[in-house]
Amino acid sequence: MLRFIIRRVVVIIPVLFIVITLTWALVRLAPGNFYTSEKKLAAGIERNLREKYGLNQPWYIQYGKILKNIARLDFGNSLKYEGQSVNQILWRALPVSVALGLSAYVLALIVGITMGTLSALKPNSWIDYSSMTLAMLGISVPNFVLGPLLVLIFSLTLFWFPPALWDGFPSLSVVLPAVTLSGIYIAYIARLTRSEMLGIMRSDYIRTARAKGLSEFQVVTRHALRGSLLPVVSFTGPELAFLITGAVVVEKVFALPGIGNYFINACFNRDEPLIIGIVAFFAITVLVFNLLVDIAYGFIDPRIRYS
Amino acid sequence: MTDDLLAANEPVAGTSLWRNAWRRLLRNRLAVFGMIVVVVVALASIIGPTLISKWTGYTYDLIPSDAGLTKSFAPFRGPAGQFSWAHPMGTDNAGRDMLARVLSGGQISLLVGFIATLMSLVIGVSYGAVAGYLGGRIDDLMMRIVDVIYSLPYVIIVIVLLALLPAKTPLGQLTELLFALGAVSWLSMARIVRGQIISLRNQEFVLAARATGVSTPKIIFRHLVPNALGPVIVYATLTIPTVMLGEAFLSFLGLGIRAPRVSWGSLAAEGAQNLAVYPWQLIFPGVTMALMLFSLNFLGDGLRDALDPQTRKD
Repeated sequence: MLRFIIRRVVVIIPVLFIVITLTWALVRLAPGNFYTSEKKLAAGIERNLREKYGLNQPWYIQYGKILKNIARLDFGNSLKYEGQSVNQILWRALPVSVALGLSAYVLALIVGITMGTLSALKPNSWIDYSSMTLAMLGISVPNFVLGPLLVLIFSLTLFWFPPALWDGFPSLSVVLPAVTLSGIYIAYIARLTRSEMLGIMRSDYIRTARAKGLSEFQVVTRHALRGSLLPVVSFTGPELAFLITGAVVVEKVFALPGIGNYFINACFNRDEPLIIGIVAFFAITVLVFNLLVDIAYGFIDPRIRYS
Repeated sequence: MTDDLLAANEPVAGTSLWRNAWRRLLRNRLAVFGMIVVVVVALASIIGPTLISKWTGYTYDLIPSDAGLTKSFAPFRGPAGQFSWAHPMGTDNAGRDMLARVLSGGQISLLVGFIATLMSLVIGVSYGAVAGYLGGRIDDLMMRIVDVIYSLPYVIIVIVLLALLPAKTPLGQLTELLFALGAVSWLSMARIVRGQIISLRNQEFVLAARATGVSTPKIIFRHLVPNALGPVIVYATLTIPTVMLGEAFLSFLGLGIRAPRVSWGSLAAEGAQNLAVYPWQLIFPGVTMALMLFSLNFLGDGLRDALDPQTRKD
């Protein structure tokens, strides 16, 4: 087990290195830079600015500096948001993204598992058909369509929720973004739970539980659900990282000050330190989550052995 | 695609796998519904914009200019601000017919979806088949590469790439999008094909082929790949909506298709901005796109049930 973890950690480092180098090369090689704009800066001012941010040094020195800074988890200062370090921006934006991602995750688990279980218990009933059609809709309606539609109905027509605002975590402003973000995961989880449950309900230990005289409710909640949850949870583990990093569109639709929104703006503004900082942050999050999930498999399911 | 395969298997007709699958597919009402919608929307997108521009005399980009519309700049549904058959989906900010724009957006979205899927098909099938057949070290190495690419925060890199290197010409944008989307969509395909090939490669017919001196590439592509086609077709059908969603996602962020060309994603982005006042600008492209993805997904599910009855979900 320990050797498996070490081997995986060792793989993370080169991957991270590749991602950062790729991003840095892209930012560097693409024509234009942060100071390219309609309004031309005076030559002297631009030179001073470049000197201040170390942009006038040869490329290998800048590259070395970036690698060194990333190793110390310090990404320098943002060009666009003057006087703020990338780390400050990340710390400010992170709670928003995490709150959004986690609420979407919990919502997806609860709704998805309920829908999947209900339709597996009565296959081919109206409940099954309607929840599976709903799940297919969840997969097919893109979140950038779902989000604005929810705003249209619940904010602009019914005035239940604010359309684009961040009020901190437990507030009405989380509801619509979380629902939008969880839509597709609800659908996946519902479909997965249904097919797992269908298999399990036919297995011998369910027959035993019934023969023992348990009520149908107890059979489902105590025995069947437990067996079917494992694959569901292990499927959703890696998705958790994407819920936190992949909320780019949702954050943009609802104008939330999360990391995804900063990332898109940084790309369009060519704010180099911020781009590289956020890319490194995303990469670390995704890679570490994947590792944690793989380790967790071993604990959840003793049949999995790492050699 | 199924038709080709039917033709190829003509000699064993009667109860061939493909004919049975086709019959099972036709019995699945949702899959048939999906098939019809896909064909109708695709046909409408292909010929619609040309027809509309022929009738009205404008190119899709400059459509209507009803005399009444050109005066006031604000978007309308029709000359009087209500529904009118002249513009069944309303008009956009510049008074252009939404129906024409949705249909020409469909052209781009479908084009991207099909070409990127074709790319993933070609790369994924050859890569997976070679890895699966050769096995051993080569297989390990090839699959390790797939794993590494898979673990990259890929969307992030694509966003950086497209934001920093925006192509100038519409064709360039299309190529850029196709490369961005094709670069990862083959990974799962390669894994699926590899799994199939591994389960097939030790069977007697491969041994027989090898014994008669058939070359390795020929064994892989003439003997093994055709036997793994079922899952490949199913997965390809399900790749189309995924890729279309990816394209729409990038175009929504302003990174994919840019004006004057439109795709469903960029139309939805425009519509989302005018949501409070002109909701139809979002609703029509959004619903058209969702309908198309919905139908493709049902078709893919139906194909899976038809081609592999064992995994049927009751």
